[in-house]
Amino acid sequence: MNVQVEPAKLKAKDFASDQEVRWCPGCGDYAILKAVQVALANMGAQPDNTVFVSGIGCAARFPYYMATYGFHTIHGRAPAVASGVKIANPDLDVWVVSGDGDSLSIGGNHLLHILRRNVDVQFLLFNNEIYGLTKGQYSPTSGLGQKSPSTPQGSIDAPIDACTFALGSNARFVARGIDIQAKELGHVFTRARDHKGASFVEIIQNCIVFNDDAFAHFTEKSIAKNSQIIVKHGEKLIYGAESNKGIRVKPGTFELESVTIGENGITEDDILIHDETNRVLAGLLVAMKPPEMPVALGVIYCDPATPYERAVKEQVEASVAANGVGDLDTLLRKGSTWTVS
Amino acid sequence: MNLQTDPSKGDASDGGQISEPDTDSIVVRFAGDSGDGVQLLGGQFAQATAVDHNSLATFPDFPAEIRAPIGTTYGVSAFQIKFGSRMIKTSGDSPDVLVALNPAALKVNYKDVRVGGLIVLDAGSFTERNLKKAGFEVDPRGDGTLGEYRTIEIDISALTLEATKPFDVTQKEALRGKNMWTLGLIYWMYDRTTAATEKFVAGKFGADSPVAQANIAALKAGHAYGETAEVSGEIQQTRVGDVEFPAGEYRLVTGAEALSWGLVAGCQLAGLDMTFCSYPITPSSPILHILSKLKNFGVTTFQAEDEIAAACSAIGASYAGTMGITASSGPGIALKTEAIGLAISTELPLIIVNTQRAGPSTGLPTKTEQSDLFLSVWGRNGDAPMVVLSAQSPADCFEAGIEAVRLATKYMTPVFLLSDGYIANAAEPWLIPSMSDYEPFPVSFRSETEGFQPFGRDDETLARPWVKPGTPGLTHRIGGIEKADGSGNISYDPENHQRMTDLRTAKIDGIAKDIPKQAVELGNEGGKLVVVGWGSTFGPINRAVANMRDAGLDVAHIHIRNLWPLPENLLELLGSYEKVLVAEMNNGQMLTFLRSQTRQDIDGHLKVTGQPLTIREVEEAIRARVEN
Repeated sequence: MNVQVEPAKLKAKDFASDQEVRWCPGCGDYAILKAVQVALANMGAQPDNTVFVSGIGCAARFPYYMATYGFHTIHGRAPAVASGVKIANPDLDVWVVSGDGDSLSIGGNHLLHILRRNVDVQFLLFNNEIYGLTKGQYSPTSGLGQKSPSTPQGSIDAPIDACTFALGSNARFVARGIDIQAKELGHVFTRARDHKGASFVEIIQNCIVFNDDAFAHFTEKSIAKNSQIIVKHGEKLIYGAESNKGIRVKPGTFELESVTIGENGITEDDILIHDETNRVLAGLLVAMKPPEMPVALGVIYCDPATPYERAVKEQVEASVAANGVGDLDTLLRKGSTWTVS
Repeated sequence: MNLQTDPSKGDASDGGQISEPDTDSIVVRFAGDSGDGVQLLGGQFAQATAVDHNSLATFPDFPAEIRAPIGTTYGVSAFQIKFGSRMIKTSGDSPDVLVALNPAALKVNYKDVRVGGLIVLDAGSFTERNLKKAGFEVDPRGDGTLGEYRTIEIDISALTLEATKPFDVTQKEALRGKNMWTLGLIYWMYDRTTAATEKFVAGKFGADSPVAQANIAALKAGHAYGETAEVSGEIQQTRVGDVEFPAGEYRLVTGAEALSWGLVAGCQLAGLDMTFCSYPITPSSPILHILSKLKNFGVTTFQAEDEIAAACSAIGASYAGTMGITASSGPGIALKTEAIGLAISTELPLIIVNTQRAGPSTGLPTKTEQSDLFLSVWGRNGDAPMVVLSAQSPADCFEAGIEAVRLATKYMTPVFLLSDGYIANAAEPWLIPSMSDYEPFPVSFRSETEGFQPFGRDDETLARPWVKPGTPGLTHRIGGIEKADGSGNISYDPENHQRMTDLRTAKIDGIAKDIPKQAVELGNEGGKLVVVGWGSTFGPINRAVANMRDAGLDVAHIHIRNLWPLPENLLELLGSYEKVLVAEMNNGQMLTFLRSQTRQDIDGHLKVTGQPLTIREVEEAIRARVEN
């Protein structure tokens, strides 16, 4: 009889390193860190096989607090380093942690390409709409008018939406979560890891020191339920404190609108069913902004395609199959040679 | 053509306005519009020359544009080859023969021809329109411009069209056979057969295709023309004697090929897979192309989205336990400096190939230079030392590639491997080595969990352990922030920063014990003057020093291959000479660098034209220092 010994299931604390966490008290990163550790334990992940790669910023300190392999690289370049790691060893479980400045300012190009190529990593973008570590400058996701040390009269930059950028980069998995919603975050992390290919997760994160309550207009307890919708594939897009609000296409347009079930003849039948494989729907959902529309959370888009590193491996294998394992002595003598005796 | 020489004169330098032609070597330059197939023509002739047991060196000189407007001077493409019956080390100063396929090619190149040299022109291309495009106000054939040379005008265009008439090709396709016709004539002039090129053409286009048949007809017609021309006394056939090459199997190799294969060899000797990540850039792209076809050699290639991603993904690949390698040229290397600093700080193996080109900024992309020495030795933020190697010829790139892998992996450090545009594109005969000639240097990844310290060091090499992610029980984090000696945890401790700085410096400095001592290439240790070079100037310097020694001057040649750390005996060796002269293709980088390492007076002969050094200019520089 064969006894399969499964590796012992680990606890969240088994994924915590011995380093003292140095984020500001009250920083949203603590909650995310815990949620990641819990999720990894629940998924049966193995620290030895897990790599966290980060860039520069507060978010990027993440690897030091994980008892896994970790690489704290340079500003904006984590996706490039992570791509090299995956290509060299496709069997590693690679997570990239990056802030909004790191990913969308200096790192925009590399984020675009890791998503476009569909390298199998989980990309966690901690979006606090500010530059924390360098003390509060505005970022590419900061709202118009954001006051900051470099924009004392208010920012004049129109911001970008992280999830829209991800879809525009042809990402095959796009999800959004909020730092304090541990349960939903855990679900998103599990789906992200299960998805074979680049999994983009935007995490709304509160920076208590430089941009406190930037998201209060949809996260504050009293209005949260009416300002957020957790989408689920195959289920109706219904939300609200009384679960009576829903999303549908505004008749005669290509826009979405929020309607109240039971008013103006609206019934549940009018409400859209979420299809996570529909890219067009995903594009509309990620763009929903309060107050008119709720912020979409959960797995908004998931339509897997061949992960990059697998295609790389297949070409290497095909070359070996076609040509045999290469022999250098033979290669050097290929073509025109002549002998002097 | 007369290659009459006075046998009583010695082996004089080639080129220049006054010297006699060399008896045992010839320099031929082909030049034409970039659409004329000059490189193909040159490459075929080089191959035929090599097979015929001549020693040779080539110098392809491309324009920067892919297809400049036809007939313009900036669209001129040239190929120079020096071949002979003694060991040839340079592609020659001045051509003995210039083949100019259009007026622009003549305009750009005629002044370089040796006085009394031969110019073969395609008369058919000397139309008023083409003359104007080339910038000739008056036809140079008639106004004495070419008075110092022997000129032969052949309507190559018309003769090509006639030869290709029987075949079903368009006039445009037919005229593209001009280079084949020309090649046929040149083959006849130097007593070579057309068989190999016929085979090449048949292989390229398909033996039965009209294009192949037309090209072969042109080739044979050019050859036949030589026969009839001799009869009329216009052109003479010349036989250049064989060279005594050491026995063995040879091939022609370019620097790009040798470097790529050397890196593959190095990885094999180290027992590693290679992950090669780079971004297209002239003149480095061929390395990416060559390696992309070697996937069955344990090589994975990745065309990254930009230069920084190329370096970063190579670093990620090294972190994961393969040999991460990237290649670029000046502007791309400049972009990589932050990433290289990360590899230095995290002490990961990494190889960065720099095929140098003329700078600064975009510079002259297809012209050679060696002006990235400062960038290589000093170009990172902070005190960030690393290994710098410099190949000195196409074939030497093979050895340099192996050495780069050995040092990068043994000392857990980035290594710069410098080449240049000239070396990358030029070809030379190469005695093909066998892999059994080399001692393996297998890498061992750490697996022992007991006592593991991410930044603990080997007593001898000062290298930290290389741990592959995925290894049980060895999880740890690394990064670019300063870390504690031993544990590798982030540390802001002041003494630790000093200690880590000292350790990183000592690790690289210690490599001086593990590299060859500096040898003298030519001449004796000690004496009146030593000429110091590095990189592709090996040929012209070596030949110039040889000629000057033959003329009785006390001069030696030292060529540096290990730029950092320097060989342990180099400075002492330089000190044994009264005068030190650095000759280089930049504005004084090795000069400045050596001056920073020694109190000895160092002098320089500097040239920044995008062209290789000539033998003559080095000879003059030598004479000026010795005769003072």
